[in-house]
Order: sequence, then C-alpha cells, then structure tokens
Amino acid sequence: MSNKILFVVQRPPYKSENPKLAITHAMSCYTADMHIDEEVEPTLAYVGDGVLNCIKDQKAEEIYGIVSTDQHLKIQLTGDMKILVCKEDMERLGIQEERLVDGRDLGADMDLNVVTFEEILKEMDEGCDHLMFF
Amino acid sequence: MGTLTIGVFSSLIGSMNLDFAVKLSEAAADKGHNVNLWLSGNATILAQKGQKEFLDYSYLIEKIKSLQEKGVQVGACEACSEGRGIHAGDVIEDITFIGMDWYVAKAAKSDRVLHIGVE
Repeated sequence: MSNKILFVVQRPPYKSENPKLAITHAMSCYTADMHIDEEVEPTLAYVGDGVLNCIKDQKAEEIYGIVSTDQHLKIQLTGDMKILVCKEDMERLGIQEERLVDGRDLGADMDLNVVTFEEILKEMDEGCDHLMFF
Repeated sequence: MGTLTIGVFSSLIGSMNLDFAVKLSEAAADKGHNVNLWLSGNATILAQKGQKEFLDYSYLIEKIKSLQEKGVQVGACEACSEGRGIHAGDVIEDITFIGMDWYVAKAAKSDRVLHIGVE
C-alpha cells in the first residue's frame, strides 16, 4: 500500500516560490522509496488563484528565463500524476477548460481533472495520508 | 511516542515561522517524540554556517545544535540552497543536505506532518 500525499496549491505562478515548490515536492515522491522502501503517491490540487498555474502556453521561459509551470505540469501528466483543478475557481476567473494545460503532445494519457471544490475537500479528507498546503 | 515531521519554508529574517518550527521541534523532542525538520525555500538560510548574532534578528544556530543533540534530524533542500548560493560546504555540520524526496519520505512515514509554507 502506498502512502498518499496531497499537495494543495493556492497561489498563482511566479509571484512566489510556493507553486513551483509544490510541483517539485510532488515530483520527488517518485524517488522517496530510496529512503523508505515504500512508494509515495502524490496528488496535486489547484484551488483559489492557484488554478492560474494550469493555463497553457505560459511564456515564463521568454519573460523570466525559467521553466514554465505549464511545462512542469505537462511532464507530470506524462508520468500519470493525478492533478485536480477546482471548477468553481476556474469559473470565478473566467477560465474555460480548453485553456488548461494538456500533455497530449508529449504522449500523456491523462488530463487535468476539473473537479468541484467538494471533491477536493473529499480528497483532503479521505484521499490522502498527509496534506501539504503551498 | 510518535514521529512528527515539520516542513518550513519561511525565511529566518522577516518571519517568525522558523522560530516557531524550531521551538515546536524542541518541545516535541523533549517529550520523547521523533522529529524531522525540513528546511526548504527561504528557510534554507537557517542551514548556512557563519551566521552572526544580533539582538535585533532571530538567531537559531545554538538551538539547531541543541536539536541535533536531542536526536532531531534536520534536512535542508539541496536545490533551494544551491539556488540561493548556499553550497554543501556552507551548511552547518550534521544538517542533511539533500533532495525533496527526503522530506516526502519522512512525511509519508510520520504520524503527523506540519507543513508551514510561506506567508
């Protein structure tokens, strides 16, 4: 049985280090078994202004000289990481689903999961062993 | 006794979160719990050697040494440190200079995780 950690991201990209740290910490779950001989399964959940991390075609490489958050997310989708995006917060910010990142061009089988906040709360309550807010 | 893992991401200067995390680590260790303390993001500054004590700024080096004597394992994020110019040779002795997988592994095996992000 794997250990499950839910990483909740509530801040927009680039203005703070938190959203990027959430992704890198989630990615590192895949190598945690080097330390504990057990698998650690990450889930990322974007809520509040954090849903802005999930918009495709970010230009951070051009503007800030760093890897875009959408590139990180595409790669995680190719690795089948479960990524949740809050539906109500997308609606609040006027973001349509077609504006979200997808990793199909990299061969990903999974897409971001747009879910209600209630479903994210359920994930917090029942779907994870530990919860980390970024 | 249980295992507590604390992840902290705030800077030593400009926030009281690190002070709180260190005090909580000490209290938990004094009660006999196993404690892991993870320094990531701006909190990696706490791992750096050569900090000078001023009365107007938090100074936690002696506390960190005391925590280590009590068995608290302290890890500092290698990437976050290197990105800030803090290299392995700059880090206080016995602080584990390591990747984020150390933290998530410790968290996964803990009874409780307290993750203190940036304000």
